[in-house]
Amino acid sequence: MAKYSLKINGKTQQIDVDPSTPILWVLRDHLNMTGTKFGCGMAMCGACTVHLDGTAVRSCSLPVSAVGKQAITTIEGLSADGTHPVQKAWIEHDVAQCGYCQSGQIMSATALLKTNPNPTDEDIDNYMSGNICRCGTYLRIKEAIKAAAQK
Amino acid sequence: MENTNTQNRRSFLKSSMLAGGGLMLSFSWLANAQAADKMAAMNLPDQWNELNGYIKITPDNVIKIICPNPEFGQNVMTSLPMMVAEELDVDWKNVVVEMGPHDNVKLGMQFTGGSNSVRMYWKPLRNAGASARQMLIEAAAQTWGVPASEITTQTGVLLHSSGKSAKYGEMASKAATIPVPKEVKLKTPKDFSIVSHSKKNTEGVKVVTGKPLFGIDYKVDGMLIAMIQHPPAFGMKLKSFDASQALKMPGIKDIFSFKLYYDGFEQGGFDTRTSNEMIAIVGKSTWEVMNARKKIKAQWEPTGDIKETMMGRGGKREVTIPGRLETTSDQLALMAEYGKKPAQQLRKDGDPETAFINAALVIERTYNAPFLAHNTMEPMNFFAHVSEDKALVAGPLQAPGWMEPTLSKILNLPADKIEIQMTRMGGGFGRRAYGQYVYEAARISQRLKAPVKLIYTREDDMTYGIYRPMYTATYRAALDANKNLIAFHVKGGGIPENPIHANRFPAGAVDNYLAEAWEIPSNITIGAFRAPRSNFNAAAEQSFLDEVAEAMGKDPIAFRLDLLKRAKENPVGKNNEYDADRYAGVLELLREKSGWDKPENKGKKRGVAAYFCHASYAGHVVDIVMRDGQPYVEKVTSAIDCGIVVNPDAAKNMVQGAVVDGIGNAFYGALTHKNGAAEQSNFHNYRIIRHNEAPKEIDVHFVQNDIDPTGLGEPPFPPVFGAVANALYKSTGKRFYNQPFSSEMSKS
Repeated sequence: MAKYSLKINGKTQQIDVDPSTPILWVLRDHLNMTGTKFGCGMAMCGACTVHLDGTAVRSCSLPVSAVGKQAITTIEGLSADGTHPVQKAWIEHDVAQCGYCQSGQIMSATALLKTNPNPTDEDIDNYMSGNICRCGTYLRIKEAIKAAAQK
Repeated sequence: MENTNTQNRRSFLKSSMLAGGGLMLSFSWLANAQAADKMAAMNLPDQWNELNGYIKITPDNVIKIICPNPEFGQNVMTSLPMMVAEELDVDWKNVVVEMGPHDNVKLGMQFTGGSNSVRMYWKPLRNAGASARQMLIEAAAQTWGVPASEITTQTGVLLHSSGKSAKYGEMASKAATIPVPKEVKLKTPKDFSIVSHSKKNTEGVKVVTGKPLFGIDYKVDGMLIAMIQHPPAFGMKLKSFDASQALKMPGIKDIFSFKLYYDGFEQGGFDTRTSNEMIAIVGKSTWEVMNARKKIKAQWEPTGDIKETMMGRGGKREVTIPGRLETTSDQLALMAEYGKKPAQQLRKDGDPETAFINAALVIERTYNAPFLAHNTMEPMNFFAHVSEDKALVAGPLQAPGWMEPTLSKILNLPADKIEIQMTRMGGGFGRRAYGQYVYEAARISQRLKAPVKLIYTREDDMTYGIYRPMYTATYRAALDANKNLIAFHVKGGGIPENPIHANRFPAGAVDNYLAEAWEIPSNITIGAFRAPRSNFNAAAEQSFLDEVAEAMGKDPIAFRLDLLKRAKENPVGKNNEYDADRYAGVLELLREKSGWDKPENKGKKRGVAAYFCHASYAGHVVDIVMRDGQPYVEKVTSAIDCGIVVNPDAAKNMVQGAVVDGIGNAFYGALTHKNGAAEQSNFHNYRIIRHNEAPKEIDVHFVQNDIDPTGLGEPPFPPVFGAVANALYKSTGKRFYNQPFSSEMSKS
């Protein structure tokens, strides 16, 4: 066990966990922040996507010991009421079916728009292909990303 | 205060006062349900025939509509309340939707599956809304001393010609004392202002803000985390294990083996379980449990043949589950062998044997499809807190009413001491109709006398699944010298279930018809997977019909329409399940909207398929282009007849999702075995369709009519497979007979 001080959504959080513990489980089990989802545990599905200093990472494969001073942003950190432009676009396009993968999709989309404010369809396909949606809402996700890009 | 109005044996409405005033209306769910007969056929317990739901209106005008059915992405938490709100005449903006508790007496069957929710509740829910509205009008009439006939409603407000008005909430307590009307008049579809008008997902904001909606998010103080080590293969069982090292790992509370069902347990149809004895690892946090689990040293041994008692359709029966360790190549060989043996005849019209002998041309083709894993994005998980005299279980499940009796038996607790809470499900596709993971969580909690959340890893979820069965079917068509179709024969089987729907198209459209089936018992567990059986049939039959049309020199849509014309005007045989007009209507709409009769663009090749299931009709035209030497589905045009569409934009989303799901499974879906063990364990070797593989456009069209709603979650899925196969033929010149198509492509 080791003590860590993590900057999450602008707040500093203290935790005492095994250094190998992935950020996903730190968030879900230790900090009770369950918006970040467990899907595969091997960075293959993107359900656990969070931002590390603004870059999208798969939190299931990111040990707490590797984070250091980098700032973590989770779905809860975008906005609590759905007012972030990407969240708004998701609501406007009524994207979700089961909804389980969508926090990961939104975190990936937000990171994409940060580096590429006007992505083409191909850019979106390339960037988002690490995020699986079993309900098949890919077309709406793309529409929502393009709509958010206009904001 | 309570008024009960008995309309008939299966139908009653009941009003009562809410604590603190206000109206609560319970009502019969199945009074007019078309599916009632089907339910009876499914051997459901009698008590489910009287089923109720709630509308609650408080004095401060909160209109709460309780959704009875668990949500797994089919959007019932929006569409079902819309049906109530329509007849109640309230402002949709003011409606609060809440997931109901499990209560089969008050809230009905509460089963999510079989594309049933909207069609089963269409009339009962509207009746409830209309009854509550009528009672509010009566309450206002009494209060104001005017005839009820002079009172109208306008989005939650009662109005009288004198200028008097009141919000529903003001009259709610009085309304609770009014006898429930014997009959109410329902709106005609042209007057709908909520139904058939797109409404956004009532949980949409919660989804995009990461609120704890799902079972895996469920948490209580002092809750432990559990995982399970199942045997490494179907046909293996636990021999012994040593957990001494694992128990020393940090955070670990207990490690023990347990049996899911007691000896002699009579399994219901949804009690399917992959193995009966497993090792539970319980600790404080998920990561600690995952790590400790790796330190367990377990020995496994073959199960040998197992005798089990099954309770299902047709009552109690003893079955023998073979103990062999299955390998996919052997399974395929065995299916080919069974396909040549005599099989059970399911339907016969005319004299197919003679017709085939006399045929000028016989076309015979065999189609194969593998096991499929559901791979819901949220892996199986469940919370349980079982104490001496009661149990609370909570999590993602499709059928609480089917799990309660089993929980009662295995926990040895009366059913009324078991509380089941339904969370939102991160996907279902049929998988969560089977309660093994619910029972496992309950067993573990019972043993530890503590609140426990069981979580499957992706590997647990995929390698110990309740899969779509492995299927095969051989189709034969006989053509006479003039290239007329004179006989049709399908013989299909599977491991361990056959796929055949004997009374579906083209049965009824061909003079000489034969359908036969066979099955191979297996220890690999199977269950419902989005449009069970249909998801294979539509692939095989619709590919075959395409080939027959080609041999006859006919356009694929024209050929199907000719058959449907025959089925309508002069149907062959009895019990044809489909409505030929509605089937044809979908094909006509598809032909128009896809521009089928216009020449194909250069490089773009098309395939069509249409299918009937879950009382609805769906078809697609798939456009394939070659991209980097690989076929890519660029565009899909879809036509659906599911009667009245309750929530059009969400319905469109559902169809688009079904198309993407269908393309993905047609190209990539496969779960294979080696010596009983699943060969795929996670998304690195089980391929799921991704963003870049989804079509650029899915153009969805609904047949406009006033027919009561039929199913939508499943019907658009099966025909995708056939349309993809037919478009692949056009673009590659090769027919595809074996799923997944990507494997067949790489072999050629």
